[in-house]
Amino acid sequence: MSDRAAEKPPGASRRKLLVYAPLAVAAVGGLGFWAMLRGLQDGSFNPRGVPSVLIGKPPPEFALPALATSGLPALASADLRNLSRPVVVNFWASWCVPCIIEHPQLMELHRQGVPVLGVNYKDRLREAQGFLTRHGNPFQKLGVDQPGRVSIDWGVYGVPETYILDRNGNIRWRWAGPIMPEILAQDVRPLLARLA
Amino acid sequence: MRPFLLLVAVLLTATPAAAQIGDTNYRLGDQVQEQRAREIGKELRCLVCQNQSIEDSDASLARDLRRIVREQVEQGASNEQVMRFVHDRYGDFVLLRPPVNAATILLWATPALALLGGIFTIWRVRRRAPGIGPTELTEAERQRLAKLQGDQRA
Amino acid sequence: MIPEIGHFALILAAMLAIAQSGVPLWGAQRGDSRLMGVAAPLAMAGFVAIAISFAALMWAYAVNDTTVVNVVANSHSAKPMLFKLTGTWGNHEGSMILWVMVLAGCSAAVAGFGRDLPSALQARVLGVLGLISLGFLAFILMTSNPFDRVWPPPPDGQGLNPLLQDIGLAIHPPLLYLGYVGYAVTFAFAVAALIEGRVDAAWGRWVRPWSLAAWSFLTMGISIGSWWAYYELGWGGYWFWDPVENASLLPWLAGTALLHSAIVVEKREALKVWTVLLALLAFALSLLGTFLVRSGVLNSVHSFASDPARGIFILCLLGIYVAGAFALFAWRAPSMAPAGVFSPISREGGIVLNNLLLCSITAVVFVGTLYPLFLDLLTGQMISVGAPFFNSATAPLALPLVMGMAVGPMLAWKRAALWPVLQRLWWAACMAMLAFILTLTLAGWHVLSALGFACAFWLICGAATDIADRSGVGRTSLGNAWNRARNLPRAAWGAAIAHAGMGVTILGVAGMGLATEKLVAVPPGGSTQFAGYEWRLEGVRDFMGPNFTARKATITVLRDGQVVHVMEPSKRYFPIGGMTTTEAAIRTSPARDLYAVLGEERPNEAGVAEAVLRLHDNPLAPWIWIGAGIMSLGAGLSLTDRRIRIAAPARRRKETEAEATA
Repeated sequence: MSDRAAEKPPGASRRKLLVYAPLAVAAVGGLGFWAMLRGLQDGSFNPRGVPSVLIGKPPPEFALPALATSGLPALASADLRNLSRPVVVNFWASWCVPCIIEHPQLMELHRQGVPVLGVNYKDRLREAQGFLTRHGNPFQKLGVDQPGRVSIDWGVYGVPETYILDRNGNIRWRWAGPIMPEILAQDVRPLLARLA
Repeated sequence: MRPFLLLVAVLLTATPAAAQIGDTNYRLGDQVQEQRAREIGKELRCLVCQNQSIEDSDASLARDLRRIVREQVEQGASNEQVMRFVHDRYGDFVLLRPPVNAATILLWATPALALLGGIFTIWRVRRRAPGIGPTELTEAERQRLAKLQGDQRA
Repeated sequence: MIPEIGHFALILAAMLAIAQSGVPLWGAQRGDSRLMGVAAPLAMAGFVAIAISFAALMWAYAVNDTTVVNVVANSHSAKPMLFKLTGTWGNHEGSMILWVMVLAGCSAAVAGFGRDLPSALQARVLGVLGLISLGFLAFILMTSNPFDRVWPPPPDGQGLNPLLQDIGLAIHPPLLYLGYVGYAVTFAFAVAALIEGRVDAAWGRWVRPWSLAAWSFLTMGISIGSWWAYYELGWGGYWFWDPVENASLLPWLAGTALLHSAIVVEKREALKVWTVLLALLAFALSLLGTFLVRSGVLNSVHSFASDPARGIFILCLLGIYVAGAFALFAWRAPSMAPAGVFSPISREGGIVLNNLLLCSITAVVFVGTLYPLFLDLLTGQMISVGAPFFNSATAPLALPLVMGMAVGPMLAWKRAALWPVLQRLWWAACMAMLAFILTLTLAGWHVLSALGFACAFWLICGAATDIADRSGVGRTSLGNAWNRARNLPRAAWGAAIAHAGMGVTILGVAGMGLATEKLVAVPPGGSTQFAGYEWRLEGVRDFMGPNFTARKATITVLRDGQVVHVMEPSKRYFPIGGMTTTEAAIRTSPARDLYAVLGEERPNEAGVAEAVLRLHDNPLAPWIWIGAGIMSLGAGLSLTDRRIRIAAPARRRKETEAEATA
């Protein structure tokens, strides 16, 4: 009998490691969540944002008709190649409330000579013109995408959305949502300066 | 600031006036094709509502994408081609079934890993406790047992 | 005045919780029965205080007291009284008060019904519950106080999301919380056992009813949520594997594993360490769900709008409770007495298999839900892990689980013979095969639904076989068997009913797999054919509700010219908040749900006004939730089993203690 009692269960040391498994998983998880919460607070972590597939690539081929009443030239992909300076492409619609909120920032860019090109998304022509008349026109060129297909080719999933292209015509930045003054100051201007 | 951005994000899901179901009697006539289009639709996330597939969502973008899916199916595109079309424009996030690549291999391996991990744990734990419960008798014990049984029979 | 009373009551409850956590735990360490005896009265008093606080909040909602910020943000005078009251918990702060009230209620129940428990165990359990209560009361008082006032008061509230003005959504949270918080009790028992260093049959005898009760409520809560998402559009149907839905499923899966392994601890004193771990895990997962939903890290329409600062607080609470408990486990578990032995083919072996598969499914759902978050955090890539992944990944694990569910209850304890059990189940296998073949021939090539029907029949017939076998059908006269069946312990009936209930739910799910739909535009007076009925749109008219205006369509459903149903789907517009909701019209019958939705109205090419209708035929849909109800009932029935309520070994120990101190 005594010899059996003296036997040490063989797997005991390995089992000891196993009991630490739940704690280990909880610790790793906890660290991850901590990092996520900090990221939520400073804006680096956004679970609702959808990153653009086109970052670093040229926009798709397209040719949109003009908005006749505005007097602005139409917009096509040829206009986005061989640029002398970086440009801003903005997708908007007259029925979109955040577009009104961001409009002053677009007008500001326009006043400072930044080329702002527009795509009007799934709108009625008369109301689109009304929007520009009421709020001002920041666009050098404006394409009308009533069916919304060209916007889908860009990966647009809501309005407003804004893209910044560099001089080679590659998309370098995409912002889904209105351009608030902070975004203008912290993201848009520095990037335009860097790409110039 | 944050709550305002949240409000704005909600407003962002503002959709054009005609955003209700049916702008579309756009269903394919051919039942087989329609069924295929629905299967593809169920694999694509609606980016506006984000917790529905484009088949179930009433958002304007979802309806546009449903229409595009059906157009392509009608023109003879395969399921993979249609999915690739949407994936090229919207990225991994639009696929409700995550792609199998280096980033997601751990995810897809989870069922097998969990099962193997469980079996491993059970095996280790069962090996921990030998000698408790019915085991082989030693020679001395066997003789003692025989003597006891012999005594009883006698 | 009344909100101040509510606020004060919360602070009082927090003070009581400080005492309830510190004193009994210290008393149990010292063996001082006076200090330990403090636990029960403190728990009862704490419950009274929090109940007063909850009542004060509900009062503020009932009278629409707009000096209270929470009422202003979430209510409105035009809301029907029922929804004013249920709106108490339809927001973050109010739902936290409900949460702590349920926790205090559970503590009071342990205090009240637990007089048979060994005093050290009861003291420790109440101590741990007090500690949890303290953490969440602190959370409420410091970050989410519902009693904050605003002056001057606005004329009226800002209304509530109209989606939340619904009876289904009103009862879903309380049932869920009864489940989530019920697992706090089993958690407390597990921690107490780890501190004591001992798990025995008496402990199992206490953990089992609590895990049954929590499981029963959680099943009902999840099922009502699913039913609500089914009839309310925009929420992904009855199950979308949405991250918040998964957050509620995780404790349910762990809890199912727990209630099975607790049986083994009680009857055979085996699987002790594992059961303790499961008890810790079930509550840890329920806390994780609380964190995910309220912190803002999850992308889901179900989440409360919350800010990351609250998330950090909850994360710290999780750190204390979950990491603390797991650390305690790692330290104390190895020194627990080794388990009883059993052969792999036995009831215990079946339960081990059940646990293995359930925990693997839990791991899959856990990883699938959190993977996108962690991938985004580490690499910035955004992926979706949606229904197609979860269905594909869990099905291969669920199938063997279902197959084992019919076999397991019929195996003997310790060492069983498998073949005779399988032989007794031959007819269940035949029924399953028959269902499979019939589905493929009658309904077309729907393999998954056919498999679902086979599983459903396997489970239901298997449960019937279990009862028949225990009653001795085939071995003795039918009369005798009937008598034995009537006198079977309630837990045996409860288990069979619960397993059959799972089969019923699977029946409903398989039926939904055969659902069809039709999208059609009809003018008033026009009709269309669908699902063997003629659907005639009589017209669409305006309609006024208490706080909304609506367009309501009247559809007559005819079979062979005879009117069988009238359905009235509508679209509602809520002026406060400016939201539109779509109300489906559902006609439920045992065989199917007919589901009609009103879309937009617009003129066709001829200028005639048409309404777009989406019609669904959902075969066997109601059985999904009826099955869940049957499962809960089975668990409830098991709870009433006499053997569970009479904790005989515990009483004997109490007598020994009395002798020792005498």
